[in-house]
Amino acid sequence: MGNNFLRLLSGLWVTVRISLISIAFSLVLGTLLGAVMTSKNKVVKVICRVYLEIVRIMPQLVWLFIVFFGVTRLTGANFGGETSAVIVFTIWGAAEMGDLVRGAFQAIPKHQFESSLSLGLTKPQMYLNIIFPQALRNLLPNVINLATRMIKTTALVSIIGITEVLKVGKQIIDANRFEFPNAAIWVYAAIFFMYFLICFPLSMISRAIVKKQQRSE
Amino acid sequence: MTEQEQNASAANPPEHIIDISGLVKSFGDNVVLDGIDMSVSRGEVVVLIGPSGCGKSTLLRCLNGLEPIQGGSISLHGEPVVYGSKSLYKIRQKIGMVFQSYDLFPHLTVLKNIMLSPIKVQKRSKEDTEKEAMELLERVGLADKAKSYPSELSGGQKQRVAICRSLIMNPEIMLLDEITAALDPEMVHEVLNVVLDLAKNGTTMMIVTHEMAFAEAVADRIIFLDGGSIIEQGVPSEFFKRPQTERAERFLKTFTYSK
Repeated sequence: MGNNFLRLLSGLWVTVRISLISIAFSLVLGTLLGAVMTSKNKVVKVICRVYLEIVRIMPQLVWLFIVFFGVTRLTGANFGGETSAVIVFTIWGAAEMGDLVRGAFQAIPKHQFESSLSLGLTKPQMYLNIIFPQALRNLLPNVINLATRMIKTTALVSIIGITEVLKVGKQIIDANRFEFPNAAIWVYAAIFFMYFLICFPLSMISRAIVKKQQRSE
Repeated sequence: MTEQEQNASAANPPEHIIDISGLVKSFGDNVVLDGIDMSVSRGEVVVLIGPSGCGKSTLLRCLNGLEPIQGGSISLHGEPVVYGSKSLYKIRQKIGMVFQSYDLFPHLTVLKNIMLSPIKVQKRSKEDTEKEAMELLERVGLADKAKSYPSELSGGQKQRVAICRSLIMNPEIMLLDEITAALDPEMVHEVLNVVLDLAKNGTTMMIVTHEMAFAEAVADRIIFLDGGSIIEQGVPSEFFKRPQTERAERFLKTFTYSK
């Protein structure tokens, strides 16, 4: 039993590792993408839109297959399972993050810019003191929400052979099927609890931020 | 203007704060301002009135360099106001502007809203700025709201804070762009009283408003704009009683009702 629990934890670590790396990449790339998406250039806008829609329309599972099997087939480049997973979740996360960043900036009313300028602030001063803080406050709860979605979706990666927490759970259930036919419910309960422990604090932070904002909005 | 001030200005000609000559502003093919010539002297309160879309708000926005202009020139104390130029940041510090929409910064308290620009732009000390900010809030009756966020204020209170935020920069001129247009009637009064108070203290102002009674009370000079041109101007007592042009007369009639 103790051994099984440790195995689950090591599976959980794989889940967390893939999630954290993907989320980190997504934050950086998504912020850059978001800045590009606010561009007024029509061509740039269309390209970003197409990228976002393609990523949204295709299930992550399909992306995992494309990157893990398809790319190898086409180019001979052989990505490991975890690398493929990070690539896919970054492609997805960056697109969603980009859209969130774009939305957060575009939600700031025009007169916030104008009144900053008419007070004599320079553009860098305006962005630093007025625009970024407001954009960040719009953004944070949504980013946390995206992070929890990404963590949960990593459960898919067992399909390309990565032994993350859910896969470990299945293995434990299968290995003990004859001895403990009812093990499934307990193993899944443990996994549920593990996901909960990771995602719930994030949700709480997001809620706390929203609550704090309500006062000053 | 008091008699004394009139005598003084007769002795030495009044100093111009704003000079506008031949100002043309268009959005695409739509000419909004078509050759405006005017100036505003120190301590003068000029009220711009006219039908919607006559270009009054656009004129104020051009003065602050928020809009590119297509012809003519604007200057503040002889310094040209040029859209997109480097010197604009300096010039804007001397021009206070309050907009129709509540434009306080929602993430900062009332006090921080007022203190931001003197500290960041004019590099004044925090203590000095805070003291002056509190004095200004006192003056508009909102000292107790210093620590509140804009969302906790009424529309009228927000506009009074916005006025303080501009005043603390010690501007040469205040531009007020329909600052009561979005307010409930009972709040209009509290905001306009603040403006009347400024006028009494000799603040130079250009005001766009639809409140005719207020315009008559506050203005040294009324400028009536229509179709992008100055149609008529004069002292309020004359303008409101005996408009010289048929267009101004027609406009003024839209504010009176008879059965």
